[in-house]
Amino acid sequence: MSADAATHDDHTPSMWDWRRWVFSTNHKDIGTMYLLFAIFAGIIGGGLSGLMRWELAEPGLQVFNNGFWGNEHNYNVATTMHGLIMIFFMVMPAMIGGFGNWFVPLMIGAPDMAFPRMNNISFWLLPFAFILAVMSMFVPGAGGDMGFGGGWVLYPPLSTSGHNGPAMDLLILSLHIAGVSSILGSINFITTIFNMRAPGMTIHKMPLFVWSVLVTVFLLLLSLPVLAGALTMLLTDRNFGTAFFAPEGGGDPVMYQHLFWFFGHPEVYILILPGFGIISHIVSTFSRKPIFGYLGMAYAMVAIGFIGFIVWAHHMYTVGMPVDLKAYFVAATMVIAVPTGIKIFSWIATMWGGSIEFRTPMMWAIGFIFLFTVGGVTGVVLANAGVDQALHDTYYVVAHFHYVLSLGAVFAIFAGWYYWFEKIFGVKYNSLFARLQFLFFFVGANIIFFPQHFLGLQGMPRRYVDYADGHAFWNMVSSWGYVVMLIGMAFFFLVLIDAIIRRRKADANPWGEGATTLEWTLSSPPPFHQFSELPKIK
Amino acid sequence: MPDLYGEAMRFLTAIALTWMTAAAGAFATPGQPTDGNLGFQPAVTPIMERINEFHNLLLWIIIPITIFVMGLLLWVMIRYNRKANPTPSKNSHNTLLEVVWTAVPILILVVIAVFSFPLLYFQDEIPEADFTIKATGYQWYWGYEYPDQDVPEYISTMVAEEDLAEGQLRNLSVDYPLVVPVGATVRLQVTAADVIHNWAMPAFGTKMDAIPGRINEAWFQVNEEGTYYGQCSELCGIRHAFMPIEVHAVSQDVFDAWVAAGPGSDEANAVIAEYSAARETRLAQLD
Ligand SMILES: [Cu+2]
Repeated sequence: MSADAATHDDHTPSMWDWRRWVFSTNHKDIGTMYLLFAIFAGIIGGGLSGLMRWELAEPGLQVFNNGFWGNEHNYNVATTMHGLIMIFFMVMPAMIGGFGNWFVPLMIGAPDMAFPRMNNISFWLLPFAFILAVMSMFVPGAGGDMGFGGGWVLYPPLSTSGHNGPAMDLLILSLHIAGVSSILGSINFITTIFNMRAPGMTIHKMPLFVWSVLVTVFLLLLSLPVLAGALTMLLTDRNFGTAFFAPEGGGDPVMYQHLFWFFGHPEVYILILPGFGIISHIVSTFSRKPIFGYLGMAYAMVAIGFIGFIVWAHHMYTVGMPVDLKAYFVAATMVIAVPTGIKIFSWIATMWGGSIEFRTPMMWAIGFIFLFTVGGVTGVVLANAGVDQALHDTYYVVAHFHYVLSLGAVFAIFAGWYYWFEKIFGVKYNSLFARLQFLFFFVGANIIFFPQHFLGLQGMPRRYVDYADGHAFWNMVSSWGYVVMLIGMAFFFLVLIDAIIRRRKADANPWGEGATTLEWTLSSPPPFHQFSELPKIK
Repeated sequence: MPDLYGEAMRFLTAIALTWMTAAAGAFATPGQPTDGNLGFQPAVTPIMERINEFHNLLLWIIIPITIFVMGLLLWVMIRYNRKANPTPSKNSHNTLLEVVWTAVPILILVVIAVFSFPLLYFQDEIPEADFTIKATGYQWYWGYEYPDQDVPEYISTMVAEEDLAEGQLRNLSVDYPLVVPVGATVRLQVTAADVIHNWAMPAFGTKMDAIPGRINEAWFQVNEEGTYYGQCSELCGIRHAFMPIEVHAVSQDVFDAWVAAGPGSDEANAVIAEYSAARETRLAQLD
């Protein structure tokens, strides 16, 4: 790094220079690293779910039968790590670290993030957290069996006295580091959004994606310390003789659940809110209309974020809470349906009267709106503690949260991926392959998850390596859905390979007049440093 | 995956068979999952009956909402695509519309709440019970105790696949089941000795966490004689999927004979087996 390079700000370093990435302070480079990291983690997390669907394809033990893949404990490890990896190392890095880093500064007209070096450490903590998590699968967990198999919620006593090996300690360390990474990132985003908006961009003119990231990082900042506290108590319960959650020492396992879900419920909104922002831009762009009810959309997200903090115990209806407390959580939880409904209807109203073009990102966005609605209404069902008593911890719950996450958040990620692909990489993609990916994903994901509602109603508990023979049919259907989705994934990689080989130069704005946010005023890819002269917002 | 063609044919046949049986009138054995079924297991307690009714009400709300949203989406896709509508409107506000789509969902939620809370309180408030059963979760089996009948704790373990007798179900049948008299109001106390388990019985609408250091209470009143199966519903380790729950609902005198024979013994099992066989003959005669 010469002094010369530092003075010539528009000089883009070679992408083969490792220092560009390891020492990066550039929000776009860091965003790209986050996205590639998320793809890598997603392959591993998705592979684990493949093992699960393979195991569950028919009754009996197919995969985890003391052979190469281990025993029933290793199945539990697979479910646990699938959840943790997809949440902490796939969706969050893609949405917040990837798209957030790339487009928050661009959309508010800022040259970079507020703390570029902190941005570097936020990213580089993540691979180490991931390595620790993966390592945990290969060290003793419970008895002589490898890995932690207590579910992503890490409930004690199963995560304390139930797993005596070091796997759980590695996992705690991993989540601590991932949490530090997210908190640093959150501080960075809050400072950037509050202080670095271009002249004239008032808070009520901010693009909705920026709003969504702002709400998301506030949720992270307020909830992650509670998780960190709970994890630390697990760590000391395990290693230093404390008894926060051990009843024999006066502690309470249910206390852990309260702490965990005080983090865990906001966390599910953390996973979906940036997606709300992305979908708003795509719907507006391809309808060639401004977003309907902008202020309502922005404050619906604020409301969802706020209510997200006061509904946590709806994950715990069966722990034996007082009935009045359950009644409160039922009421509070159902309230969330109102701002969520506002968002769904506002998206449709944006399309209403529009001039809709079905480009690749729009297909993903429309798919998102429909599937998120399905996941939303089953959420209203589960909010009722009375019915939840029948459905809690069954496959109905698995179906519900995969409709909002696997089909909601993931569809939003792919919508954003194909919306901004040219902007990020500076090359066009093959939209036929991308559409085929959508088609296979839409069909496949529905075949996987819709029958799981039936399994849950019939009483099949979740996290089961083997089930009663009466659950065989829908499990087989569900597993075939995985195969369909896998074909979709193949098209995703074809898109990448095709783009790398053909390298067709991207346009600055491939979407036309509907694309109104600032990133489309820049070249594709944008210059290494943008907005050295700040744009003025009318 | 070997033999893709065979798998695919098996799959298609299974689909066809399922829909044919569904069309022929849904049949379901109470107390256990029925392959290919779409809804709850048949309800045999007042709690589960009410859950079922309330869930049906919810279906009448959520299915039309989903169809409504899907209809709106299809409509805008057809009516407002670029061919059909080349010039977009610039309309981005409509206060009345925004008030409506805030207020109507609130009203719907109020309707749901009106039916939801009575169910919740009905489940949670335990009526005058005839007797108490204490269930303790262990890694990986259940212990049952009848303090009012002076029955000490006996252990209930899943029957391994290779030991299954005629009529027993894989992953569901146990060696020494729980037995209750039909019509009796039973208070269930649930706890655990090691990690958290969950005592769940779909046909009863019962699901209660078994937490070390706590005693949780639930209740049920079984209206129909029969054998009912449930499974541990809180992840508890390697054999989580293999600590099922089996409950026999029998007449009062059979229950008394079972208690007298000493639950957890082969003699007590013989009482139940004889009774079940007799019931099957009786049912066969009724048909
Ligand atoms: Cu258990």
